[in-house]
Amino acid sequence: MPLIQVKDLRVGYNVYEGLLKVLDGINFFVERKEKVGIIGESACGKTTAMKAIMRILAKNSVLMGGKILYDGNDILRMNDTQFTEIRRKKFSMIFQDPSAALNPVFTIRQQFYDIIRYSSNQRMTKDMIHERAVELLKQAALPEPERILDSYPFQLSGGMKQRVNIAMALVSANELLIADEPGTALDVTIEDQILRLLKKIVEERRISIILISHALGTIKHFVDRIYVMYAGTIVESGPTEKVFKNPKHPYTQLLIDSVPKLTGEGVPEGIPGIVPSYLNPPHGCRFVTRCPYAMQVCKEKVPPSYEVEQLHYASCFLYDNGENGKDE
Amino acid sequence: MIARVLPGDPARLALGPRAPQQAVDALRAELHLNDPIFVQYWYWLSGVFTGNWGISLFTQRNVLIDVSEFLPATVELILAAAIIDLALAIPLGMLAGRMANTFVDNTVRIISYIGIAIPAFVVAIILQLTLGYGLHIFPIIGRLDQSIQPPPRITGLYVIDGLITGNFSVAANALWHLVLPAFALALGPIAQEARILRSSVVENLNKDYTLAEISHGLPERIITLKYLMKPSLIPMITIYALDISSQIANAFLIELIFNWPGFSRYGLNAMLSKDLNAIVATVMVAGIMFVVANTIVDLVVSYLDPRIRFQAESEE
Repeated sequence: MPLIQVKDLRVGYNVYEGLLKVLDGINFFVERKEKVGIIGESACGKTTAMKAIMRILAKNSVLMGGKILYDGNDILRMNDTQFTEIRRKKFSMIFQDPSAALNPVFTIRQQFYDIIRYSSNQRMTKDMIHERAVELLKQAALPEPERILDSYPFQLSGGMKQRVNIAMALVSANELLIADEPGTALDVTIEDQILRLLKKIVEERRISIILISHALGTIKHFVDRIYVMYAGTIVESGPTEKVFKNPKHPYTQLLIDSVPKLTGEGVPEGIPGIVPSYLNPPHGCRFVTRCPYAMQVCKEKVPPSYEVEQLHYASCFLYDNGENGKDE
Repeated sequence: MIARVLPGDPARLALGPRAPQQAVDALRAELHLNDPIFVQYWYWLSGVFTGNWGISLFTQRNVLIDVSEFLPATVELILAAAIIDLALAIPLGMLAGRMANTFVDNTVRIISYIGIAIPAFVVAIILQLTLGYGLHIFPIIGRLDQSIQPPPRITGLYVIDGLITGNFSVAANALWHLVLPAFALALGPIAQEARILRSSVVENLNKDYTLAEISHGLPERIITLKYLMKPSLIPMITIYALDISSQIANAFLIELIFNWPGFSRYGLNAMLSKDLNAIVATVMVAGIMFVVANTIVDLVVSYLDPRIRFQAESEE
């Protein structure tokens, strides 16, 4: 049984203009000790899916259906006490902007101590808490833990802040770490260091990670399996190597092509068009408005998931060879 | 200085329309009113530091004595209002923000709009009529019951003097008299500050750091009362400073209505009777109180917001 299994998750947001239907029945799973990547352009619902797992969706969000199974239990139906235990002992999330994810008016010490204190069932002495904080800061490769603890967030650099966030996440990430574009707000060399650090930590701790990233080049070497999201749907999934070497969905093909290469072929053109409005998304395939291969059927029906090669799935009618597609 | 260029002769006003011209001229000379304005300013400035603030034309006493008699009553009133203000604005704002767009929030919203819309003197009269005259819960006017002697003067604040000297019944009586005027004075600021606090709470609830705190599994109580409250208080406290400072000027209506022998009312009388030395002293004391109140609040804000504190240190 997978650690996390998301089944037909539908999430919308109530806004002034109406209901934004963002997540349109997505399915994915994460095995224990597995490194899973999610790619896709901005505003395609990646963060919404992650927030749904941590149950920190905004107040105007609407859960329209689906399940998130953790060890077979639906976390969306757990009571707050049960889920708080999971937040304290099993799952953690690292946010995109390290500056925004730390409370600006408390020292790292104040914040870190509370996180450690409340994640433990036993009463911990101040010395025990301190020892644990120092140990975790060292695991996050931060030198001078004492100085870091006495600092306010604004006194640290972006890279240091993200390491602090990672250290804090490690308090409770005993089974799953969710990293939502952990390097996007940092410069490229720091981003690379942060991703290496995350890889080292999840392998040492033998935990699962869901990594969201725009850096296709980096994610390629990081994760075992990858999901490609477009406009609130998962369009393709499979082992990382297969998806990158042999992308099947037209969106994945265009996405990989739009990464600039160093071989001097000029600047890639990107994908023409924009993500459709979530207020009134297309009835069939959500990529139909931008797809160079769009057919009549794409406008009418939502494409099922076809197994294009072993363990490699694409939701596209191009791979409809008469048999019925397989729903994951 | 502006007081000097107002039309009307202060000496004539002091002596009344039927006084002979010689008497007026003599008073003008005695008050140095015929000297150039800079000379007059020098007389005044040197007097301020030696304790001679000039004679009030209205009370015929050194203005310093008047100020020391009337100021404590206003200070006591404003302090009481400031305490009621904080004690109500913070819980109301936090509650409304935490429960945004619920029944609780809407109730606080309606109370706030009423508080902002109704002037303090109307609130004062309504309170007098209902809780004072109607239900006899609170006294209507004055600082103490007529039958009670004021406590020995130490600070001039009856409640504090009563506590220091052990006259607890006097302190309690003085406190009882403070409730209505202080609440009437505080209601407007409470309403305004609760709204400001509510909007910072709503804003900070959607910040990544709050989501991170939730996803770390911190208890809701700790998140609300510690991690959410401290950053949310900063904008409110700044407005609070301005509100409290301007109370010095706003208090005169309340002092009139509650027959409170205070400094704001004294200043108003001084202006109406063109009592030059008293006007100047009123302006000066009000200015000093304004500066003191703002300094205290600046210190509080820099305690709440380390970014301000460290910025100041690094500039030194």
